[in-house]
Amino acid sequence: MKRFAGFVRKEFIHIFRDPLTMIILFVIPALMTLLFGFVITTELKDVRVAFLDLSRDEMTQKIADKISSSGFFMRAGDLENYGEIDGALRSQRVKVVIIFGEHFGRNLLSEGRATLHIVTDGSEPNVATQATSFISAIAADVNRELAGTAVTANLLVQPEVRMVYNPALKSQYMFVPGLITMIMILICALMTSITLTREKEFGTMEALLVSPLKPIQIIMGKVIPYFFLSLIDAVLIILLSRLVFGLEVKGSLFLLWLEVMLYILMSLSLGILISSVAKTMQQAIFITLVGGMLPTVLLSGFIFPVESMPGAYRWVSAVLPPRYFIVILKNIMIKGTGFLHVWKETLILFLFAVFFVVMSIRSFKVRLE
Amino acid sequence: MRNEQKQEVIRASGIAKSFGTTEALKEISFGVNEGEIFGFIGPDGAGKTTLFRILTTLLLPGKGSMTVLGRDVVREFRKLRGEIGYMPGRFSLYMDLTVGENLRFYASVFGTTIEENYDLIRDIYTHIEPFTNRLAGRLSGGMKQKLALSCALIHRPRLLVLDEPTTGVDAVSRTEFWEMLRQLREHRITVLVSTPYMDEAMRCDRVALLQEGRILAIDTPENIRQGYSRRLYSVRSAEKFRLITALRKFPETRTAWPFGEDVHVTFREEGRASGLENFLREVGITDARITEIRAGIEDCFLELMGGAHAGP
Repeated sequence: MKRFAGFVRKEFIHIFRDPLTMIILFVIPALMTLLFGFVITTELKDVRVAFLDLSRDEMTQKIADKISSSGFFMRAGDLENYGEIDGALRSQRVKVVIIFGEHFGRNLLSEGRATLHIVTDGSEPNVATQATSFISAIAADVNRELAGTAVTANLLVQPEVRMVYNPALKSQYMFVPGLITMIMILICALMTSITLTREKEFGTMEALLVSPLKPIQIIMGKVIPYFFLSLIDAVLIILLSRLVFGLEVKGSLFLLWLEVMLYILMSLSLGILISSVAKTMQQAIFITLVGGMLPTVLLSGFIFPVESMPGAYRWVSAVLPPRYFIVILKNIMIKGTGFLHVWKETLILFLFAVFFVVMSIRSFKVRLE
Repeated sequence: MRNEQKQEVIRASGIAKSFGTTEALKEISFGVNEGEIFGFIGPDGAGKTTLFRILTTLLLPGKGSMTVLGRDVVREFRKLRGEIGYMPGRFSLYMDLTVGENLRFYASVFGTTIEENYDLIRDIYTHIEPFTNRLAGRLSGGMKQKLALSCALIHRPRLLVLDEPTTGVDAVSRTEFWEMLRQLREHRITVLVSTPYMDEAMRCDRVALLQEGRILAIDTPENIRQGYSRRLYSVRSAEKFRLITALRKFPETRTAWPFGEDVHVTFREEGRASGLENFLREVGITDARITEIRAGIEDCFLELMGGAHAGP
């Protein structure tokens, strides 16, 4: 144990003494979070909204007024029938169309629920999602007011959103799960594969191998410091997106950290596996970036939604662990769902982790080539 | 101590190793006794590093078997590791760690402390102790070498394996280094060392001359010198280059090798040196001084290599 502690201490010295490592570990994640956040987040103000009110009753008027007076939206006009929706959106002036079905108010009173349709211009995804969530919030407000009047305790205005042009719309916050996914794999896989190949390249591996240290101790000694530093990074990103962009984690924080730890472990063992193949640091960097980072960014659903990928890419995407982690994060952070909704993805990640750990220990070379 | 019954620390028989089509080692056999300083002398590419890596369990031999400290290097490699002190050719220090941190790291990895074995490394470490807080990367070659030696010794190994420890180190540090190795004998540590420098052979108890994966000779340096059968002459002139050309033209010359300031010459038939002086005068070299000398290790090496041709 003393041997192992000495090894871990040495690893921490390496990390804290190298400015470049420190920059990769702490500056780049923070910078990326801010950059992505500011580039993607746009202020929502005076978005032109058109109404198609087929029931024209007191309730629809009330909701329409509430939306128009919120400050976020501007009433751009009223439509007469469904046929006009497409033209209105194409004219570029209108970004959102809100549809009240026939007998909206009556349905609400008699059946306790009525549906509000929102059609948005998905070609501007950020505006569209934000507008949608704002309108949903206003609808929720109305619900609360209705409940407060005690006329009927369970009246419900249900927003039903349909996005045209870009049905798999990404939210402005979607970048946070994607970013965490990407940075974790960058730090865990890249840094561990570099630090192990560095020992090979500088010839220190020779001395380590001719020591009583077991492969598992060498591997764990490399993994543990990066495990903690990656956790700190995850905290950093989530804290930054909370403080700067107001993104709150909707689901269980405890579950979130468990999943993050699982993913970190998986990425670290991937890094060790890479280092057993790579002979030099350059090779390690190349394999990690081209074989790990690029597919993660392009095929895991971080930039392009998996659902809209051609078949072949979707198959490739299926063997990329980050893809599952993004789904897990989106569910926990944005949708606020529990473990029951992500157990399948978690199991897949777990299997990946076990596979990589076993492979990396087995492929660790106890001799020189 | 030297009179005690000698125990073999290393026994190698028929060790061969190839990398692709290159035969790095061609079935070599040797034994090393406890407590001696055993040197492998040979030029770059002779197979010294490959041999040392097989010996330290870092490479598997292609053929043959070897036991080190009574353990088989292939089957019992796990046990053997940790019992050897190994200093690779590239020193294997962490350049971003300080002198003290490097030493402490190696001590901890071998499950010991600096204090526990300080007496063993004291003589070596005192040279670099003033620089305890300096990064290893900022040390001179000689100091790196001393630190690497301290790190290899810190767990009190019975066998110390040093791969070209004096390469790239200044002459003064080299002399100091050999003094330190001598002192290690008091602690009954067997030292296996490789070097491309022929003059360092004299500092070993026994040497093996290694050339292209073959052992040319194994003996004490003195016996190897004794074994040189020819009469050897040293010729010196201010015009060294013309001298070599002239010597190689002289019909009786067998070999003529440049050795620093001098040229070492052997003749086809013994005692023909007398004709040489006239020959040299004829070609215009008048200041040549010819003296008979005793062969050094390098002369022996060149002879054993098959010095029947006149040289490069």
